[in-house]
Amino acid sequence: MVEIEIDGTTLQVVEGSTIIEAAHQMGTYIPHFCYHKKLSIAANCRMCLVQVEKAPKPMPACATPVANGMKVFTHSELAVKAQKAVMEFLLINHPLDCPICDQGGECQLQDLAVGYGESASQYEEEKRVVPDKDLGPLVATDMTRCINCTRCIRFTAEIAGFMELGQSYRGERAEVMPFIGKTVDTELSGNIIDLCPVGALTSKPFRFSARTWELSRRKSVSPHDGLGSNLIMQTKHHRVLRVLPLENEAINECWLTDKERYSYQGLNSEGDNGRLTKPMVKQGGEWKEVDWNVALDYAAHALRDVAKTHGGSAIGGLLSPHATLEEMYLAQKLLRGLGSENIDFRLRQSDFSADGKRKGTPWLGMKIAEIGELDRVLVVGSFLRKDHPLIAQRLRQSAKRGAQVSVLHSADDDLLIKLEARAIVAPSQLPAQLAEVVNAVAALKGVAADPALAKVGAGDTAKKIAASLVSGSEGSKCGVLLGNFAQQHPQAATLNVLAQQLARLLGGRFGFLGEAANSVGGYVAKAIPTGDGLNAAAMLNTPRQAYVVVGAEPELDCADGAQALASLTQAAAVVVLSPFKSQAMLDYAAVLLPVSPFSETSGSFVNTEGRVQSFYAAAKPLGESRPAWKVLRVLGNLLKVEGFEQNSSEEVRDEALGGAPEFVSGLENAVNVAPNLEAAANGLERVADVPIHFADSLVRRAPALQKAADSAVPSARMNAATLVKHGLLAGDAVKVMRSGIQSDGAGDTAQVTLVAQLDNGLPDNALRVAAAHADTQALGAMFSVLSVEKI
Amino acid sequence: MALIDTINPLLTTGWGKGDAGWSLKDYEARGGYAQLKRILTSKMSQDDLIAEVKKSVLRGRGGAGFPTGLKWSFMPKAAPEKYVVCNTDEGEPGTFKDRDLLRFDPHSTIEGMIIAGYAVGAKRGYNYIHGEIFEIYQRFEAALDEARAAGYLGENILGSEFSFDLFAHHGWGAYICGEETGLLESIEGKKGQPRFKPPFPANFGLYGKPTTINNTETFAAIPFILGMGGEAYLNLGKPNNGGTKLFSVSGHVNRPGNYEVPMGTPFAKLLEMAGGMRGGRKLKAVIPGGSSAPVLPADVMMDCTMDYDSIAKAGSMLGSGAVIVMDETVCMVKALERLSYFYYEESCGQCTPCREGTGWLYRVVHRIEHGQGRQEDLDLLNRVTDNMMGKTICALADAAAFPVRSFIKHFKSEFEYHVEHKKCLVDPEVQRAGSGFFRASSATEAA
Repeated sequence: MVEIEIDGTTLQVVEGSTIIEAAHQMGTYIPHFCYHKKLSIAANCRMCLVQVEKAPKPMPACATPVANGMKVFTHSELAVKAQKAVMEFLLINHPLDCPICDQGGECQLQDLAVGYGESASQYEEEKRVVPDKDLGPLVATDMTRCINCTRCIRFTAEIAGFMELGQSYRGERAEVMPFIGKTVDTELSGNIIDLCPVGALTSKPFRFSARTWELSRRKSVSPHDGLGSNLIMQTKHHRVLRVLPLENEAINECWLTDKERYSYQGLNSEGDNGRLTKPMVKQGGEWKEVDWNVALDYAAHALRDVAKTHGGSAIGGLLSPHATLEEMYLAQKLLRGLGSENIDFRLRQSDFSADGKRKGTPWLGMKIAEIGELDRVLVVGSFLRKDHPLIAQRLRQSAKRGAQVSVLHSADDDLLIKLEARAIVAPSQLPAQLAEVVNAVAALKGVAADPALAKVGAGDTAKKIAASLVSGSEGSKCGVLLGNFAQQHPQAATLNVLAQQLARLLGGRFGFLGEAANSVGGYVAKAIPTGDGLNAAAMLNTPRQAYVVVGAEPELDCADGAQALASLTQAAAVVVLSPFKSQAMLDYAAVLLPVSPFSETSGSFVNTEGRVQSFYAAAKPLGESRPAWKVLRVLGNLLKVEGFEQNSSEEVRDEALGGAPEFVSGLENAVNVAPNLEAAANGLERVADVPIHFADSLVRRAPALQKAADSAVPSARMNAATLVKHGLLAGDAVKVMRSGIQSDGAGDTAQVTLVAQLDNGLPDNALRVAAAHADTQALGAMFSVLSVEKI
Repeated sequence: MALIDTINPLLTTGWGKGDAGWSLKDYEARGGYAQLKRILTSKMSQDDLIAEVKKSVLRGRGGAGFPTGLKWSFMPKAAPEKYVVCNTDEGEPGTFKDRDLLRFDPHSTIEGMIIAGYAVGAKRGYNYIHGEIFEIYQRFEAALDEARAAGYLGENILGSEFSFDLFAHHGWGAYICGEETGLLESIEGKKGQPRFKPPFPANFGLYGKPTTINNTETFAAIPFILGMGGEAYLNLGKPNNGGTKLFSVSGHVNRPGNYEVPMGTPFAKLLEMAGGMRGGRKLKAVIPGGSSAPVLPADVMMDCTMDYDSIAKAGSMLGSGAVIVMDETVCMVKALERLSYFYYEESCGQCTPCREGTGWLYRVVHRIEHGQGRQEDLDLLNRVTDNMMGKTICALADAAAFPVRSFIKHFKSEFEYHVEHKKCLVDPEVQRAGSGFFRASSATEAA
């Protein structure tokens, strides 16, 4: 600690911190533009010049380190004169088009110009004009307003990991631009809008739709991945018009992914695939809009009939992992009240062998913030950058600080993280490869490995990963993270138990990167089968008479979308509670109950670290839609199920959690199963990612996101050797089939036509075809053996 | 002609044969690489070597005049990777000494850099040569090949334990890459923009490693200093201004060119060596240290001696030693307009005051020169320069401000005349006569 004096106040600050940090610590604001606490120091805007005793000239507070006995004057004549001088320079070439600028009212330049600017300028020459740039469908540019602070440039280089923006030309002609002919394609691109201190970068979808002071602000929580980013929902006339990050250092820091920022457009979607705003029932094959009481009666009747005729077990409940805790809790209670144990929210999971053998609710295994403290990390089976962009961002920063990150996966997508080691193997080889790492770590630690793993030995790659893992400073800073791919894997339980062994050998931690907003909450809400109840896969493999679907689109959200569609279609009664409609839903459902998306209901998500985050509605329900917890509560009454007397979502939450804890209890990743290292598949194995902008029903309906680079149409990706083996060239149109089905197999629909694409990040004999997309849904299971032929 | 005149030649010893005298054998014949051999065979200690350089009071020849020995002593001893970088990005208008140094005697710079590498414990060196003199870059590369073949560069130089290799790097003609940290960024392959200091290059330099950067002439002087001893070198000049210095004399003199004279030589003597004023015209003003140094009027300049202290006392800077001589035919407003345009063009655009201020200055001076000036413009120019100076990462904003302030200070009446009469105080005919004479005299000389 050093002692310094700022404006006459003495304070203790950490050695090595800068004047601006010290001033911030005592609550003194120093005007600035280029400085941002999460970015490197540029010291180029010069707005933060302050007077330092004994320094001959004003010093930039953002870049000047404190020294013992230093005396700083932030408001002295010298300091203010320098700050005003800089403001004058900033404004001479600024267009001052505030009345038509989207940043007006929330502009750092505008705000500081009030304090440091003059009412008239002595600059009477023509102002600079800078051509606008096309940064893609999400970020609009007005580059004439740019003050060259380079925050956006530093963001792409440092936080997003790839310098997609740069400054070209020099002097007064300097311009911020992307690579020629390229757009900014990072999944974190929207953050440059927040960072831009002027109106040079604004939100393209939001552009010109409202002034900032017309918007109401509501706190909310992201319904997408397991992180649970904190949001500020901005609404006007009960429509969400913009979403901004709510800073929370423990979760999303000050960032949002583009998915979280722009998916709100789906909330306002219209048309055949848009929002469902009226209850509908199917009568004689015709859809009719009806009153709520009619629709609820109809639904209750249908479910009661099936339960009475075929027994409760003839009903299956498929709950979206993006549904709120309250919705899941009431849905499982309703189904159990009807005598059904067939309840599940783990729609994309295919291995349920750990059910009943778990010691608790699977979770991240640590706090989110603790990920950044790990110095040795192994990420197993994860499309990390697209599935968990902000966790990838945390690991990117730790790798820069010296943490060693290794990856074990079936696709070598560029994570924009400096990797220590990587093992890229076909999906069926994933368990064996992880077992090799366990063996190698055991050998290095000089302890005996699980004898069940002996037959796989340990190859060079496994040894390299193991060497990295054991070389850390201490075991507790070693982490093994299982991604979505590992959780969806047909041997997910084996991967779980191997990670558990690995963590135990290392004295470290392991956990799951939660796929969805309520991947932990689903367990807590008991939305999983017990006893001989059927899990998500089983209730679709052995079709039921009736299904209750809450918030999901099973044909896209399940591990085997084709199977889900078939089972729903054959069912006598499908009751759907959904904020959206779709053609598939109209085909298989008997009754559609319009329920609120997360923005129009109160509720809670339990994020991947077990944190309970409750939120209120940001807007009124659209049309006749109603919060799903209320709908389920009334359905429970109509079906005369016990325990449906709650009058608020908080009551439901408190009942589900036994109170309102900050973190849920019972988090535990350990399972008690024997590892199964038999490679199940043989042949051309499918590697199925869930593309970031197709992962849930909301984001699939967000038009701007659907135009982004990450929303490309799925292709059939193979490495060079696999392409050659199948006589293909990149760009060929190919027919991709489930193995065993011949191309002339009449009537069989398990085939799709795609374009072959070269992807040398894939292992041999792997064919990457994205899931969760209408174009590939017919292929069925995410993990399967495929065949491919040229058309 | 390579060498026109000199007093006490050191750096220019080898220039006599012009382009025929640059090669290794010529340099060795002049006693080249003897100092390197002496250091390596005697296993001279790094501290002794630096002490010798300190004794000479050699001050950086690039413009700032920082004592070289002191700079070398800042290098951390323990660091495993260090660099020596030579700044031949000679972009200052009026300066052309380093170009000739590398053209006529590249090996003195190479030897100086190797010795510097030995002194600071670096194993790698780079010479950054600016893009407009590509043939000099080629000459330097050829010299490097010779030195490498002769065992002066590479592993275990001359059988010693010391290894050092040196590479040439050519820029693409950005003035700002002459700023030492902008130069480092440029070598690293980034946009040439100065870094915020501290940290200084001695702690965080090329690729983040401790780095010593010196001007070409500084390195070239090293072998001579070690040859004659620091004390003797200092005594060539005057106290605190050791040795000899190259001056690039340009402008309205009869024989523009490079002149090596001891520090402290009167300006009048230098002017005489350069053949005196062209056409016998009257001296009006001199910029004594490259375009970013404040201009000095004739009477002040004639009283100066050519060394750091005397010029500083007169209110300017010795800078890189680029002496720009202007006679009575010069319109000072037009001269300033050209200078201001240069800085407007060459600002890197990083810091707000410089990015915006250089353009503002140029536009106002341009306006005055073109008969659209206003009474308040001189105050405006002074205010804008005041707001620029000392408020940026590097000194380019100051460099752009100095000429403006000094031109207005010393030649205010010309600016006022321009504003008032919408034309030049110096009759256009007189201005034309000035340039006409130049053409006539070159023709005579050629004949």
